Amino acid sequence: MGRKLLLEHIDVPGIETFEVYRQKGGYRSVEKALKSMSPDEVVEEVKKSGLRGRGGAGFPTGMKWSFLAKPEGVPRYLLCNADESEPGTFKDRYLMQYLPHLLIEGMIVSSFALGTNLSYIYIRGEYLFVLEILEKAIAEAYANGFLGKNILGTGYDLDLRVSPGGGAYICGEETALIESLEGKRGNPRIKPPFPAVKGLWGCPTVVNNVESLATVVPIINMGADEYVKIGTEQSRGTKLISACGNLERPGVYEIDLGLSVEEFIYGDDWCRGIKNGKQLKALVPGGSSVPILPTHLITKTANGDTRFMSYESLSDGGFASGSMLGSGGFIAFDEDQCIVRNTWNFTRFYAHESCGQCSPCREGTAWMEKVLWRIENGEGTMEDIALLEDINKKIEGNTICPLGDAAAWPVASAIRHFREEFEWHIKHPQEAMSRNYGLLKGATV
Amino acid sequence: MKVEIVNKERPVLSEKAKAEIQTVIGYYPEGKSKSAILRVLHIVEEEAGGWLSPDTMDMVAEILNITAIEVYEVATFYTMFNLHPVGKYVFEVCHTGPCMLVGSDNIIKYIEDKLNIKVGGTTSDGMFTLKTAECLGACGYGPMLQCGKFYHEHLTPEKVDELIEACRRDEVKIY
Ligand SMILES: Cc1cc2nc3c(=O)[nH]c(=O)nc-3n(C[C@H](O)[C@H](O)[C@H](O)COP(=O)(O)O)c2cc1C
Ligand code: SF4
Ligand code: FES
Repeated sequence: MGRKLLLEHIDVPGIETFEVYRQKGGYRSVEKALKSMSPDEVVEEVKKSGLRGRGGAGFPTGMKWSFLAKPEGVPRYLLCNADESEPGTFKDRYLMQYLPHLLIEGMIVSSFALGTNLSYIYIRGEYLFVLEILEKAIAEAYANGFLGKNILGTGYDLDLRVSPGGGAYICGEETALIESLEGKRGNPRIKPPFPAVKGLWGCPTVVNNVESLATVVPIINMGADEYVKIGTEQSRGTKLISACGNLERPGVYEIDLGLSVEEFIYGDDWCRGIKNGKQLKALVPGGSSVPILPTHLITKTANGDTRFMSYESLSDGGFASGSMLGSGGFIAFDEDQCIVRNTWNFTRFYAHESCGQCSPCREGTAWMEKVLWRIENGEGTMEDIALLEDINKKIEGNTICPLGDAAAWPVASAIRHFREEFEWHIKHPQEAMSRNYGLLKGATV
Repeated sequence: MKVEIVNKERPVLSEKAKAEIQTVIGYYPEGKSKSAILRVLHIVEEEAGGWLSPDTMDMVAEILNITAIEVYEVATFYTMFNLHPVGKYVFEVCHTGPCMLVGSDNIIKYIEDKLNIKVGGTTSDGMFTLKTAECLGACGYGPMLQCGKFYHEHLTPEKVDELIEACRRDEVKIY
């Protein structure tokens, strides 16, 4: 088993309560930061740790913090992105459900570093049961003087609140999240201005993922100098990976970044291989938006080097032969899975979740879904493959927010690596249909 | 949105709901009570039997001191809100990729056959509504469904049978 910085105490009975969490050393980082460090020193420490955003893009957290505008007399806000809706990703829920105080602790230290006096956790509406767990923990933190006025007698005030969404993947995009938090439809904003200058209610705002904020706790506790010893040069520390699909043992794991992909899939401590003794066919390593990898590019890169679970190794080869670490939503496909069907499924997801503001995204995703459906159901033509590639190019880079790209990449990579399977569907319509076990046409999926 | 004026009556909010609404409005700064809209819609939907009628939405507009159209805009954008009446138990089965890989299509088909309804339909006794949902953040524990606030994971036909029976015996917690 790997080292655990975040999940160390997850199995301790009662760890979701303040009392047990505190007994296990909880809230030490708040004491350390508020009593012995200045806000800028906390920011510096996080910068030095090399922490990269765990929400998907991997942007350095300390650098993002240093961009926050600090005009005199204007409030600023820290928002925790707990919208977690990227298919394959379920690590933030795990963390919040079982270790609510870890997120709260991370948010107190981070809010102090940024100088915010009111911070929010924006949580997806489907997680209302987790919202209740968080609010219970927040109430305990208030009762014990870790939230509210004059925290630990240091003169620092902080209010922390949870705010739910209502079912919309797009609200994970930071400006859509802000719109939603303002009580509006989740339509992403045109940038610039960036949230660091003009965010929630027009004030400077930082948006960070749940895991990023929780990771601030071990960084402050152990110090950046120790933290950087874990992981690789470009991927410091540990990362939560939510493993799913056809794995023997799916679930949430904390890995040292730099673990080999092979070890993670087949190792006894991790996923223990493919379910039912089947072969691995393909892998989506970082949530549905990242490129899919075919069998020969999973454990090795195109150069024949070992593939590791790190930002740089998973993206080795660029889009031609690599993918991305993304959110850590690790989806394994066994030999029986149909790539066309899965590509159609993901595209339907994006078509469903497009906010509809930009025509290339709104029309393009719906059109791709239609074409993929046709191919999957034995009604496609060879021109359809070229058509998909054409729609793809017209979406990519032509939209307000990255959802358009996120919808285009899985399709592009599926065609790149599995073109033969698309062609097979077109050439063998009857067999393609029977592969669906007669379900797709009849069922309203 | 198809506007259907089904009831002219507004739900009578319980004291608990009223207090909760007051509390959550207080979570936002002065003058920003519109931010509470999603939270308030969740509370009110629960009180109103699982769906939002135009009258109910008008009531929310009054509570938050905003225009009715602002509430309609939001309620129609977010997929969790039901704008038409639903059954007592709403099964929302995740049908996104990772759940599909482990058999969500079969579970959907099984529920359709068992309850004799299609996705989107409600049983004639008003007990069950079947819907599909996009990834609910439980991909490692699929196939799964959400019923009310809670998740039911690792579904099999047998587990679905048990769940349905338990609903009929009024033993399944929704809120
Ligand atoms: C369509 C879309 C959906 C996103 N969903 C999420 C999400 O659910 N959770 C998340 O943390 N970040 C999500 N992001 C990334 C956020 O916009 C943002 O980059 C992130 O919250 C920053 O936090 P981090 O730097 O700590 O990773 C999404 C981005 C896009 C474009
Ligand atoms: S790219 Fe899609 S989701 Fe993003 S703003 Fe445009 S229409 Fe909305
Ligand atoms: S795909 Fe079903 S919960 Fe994520």
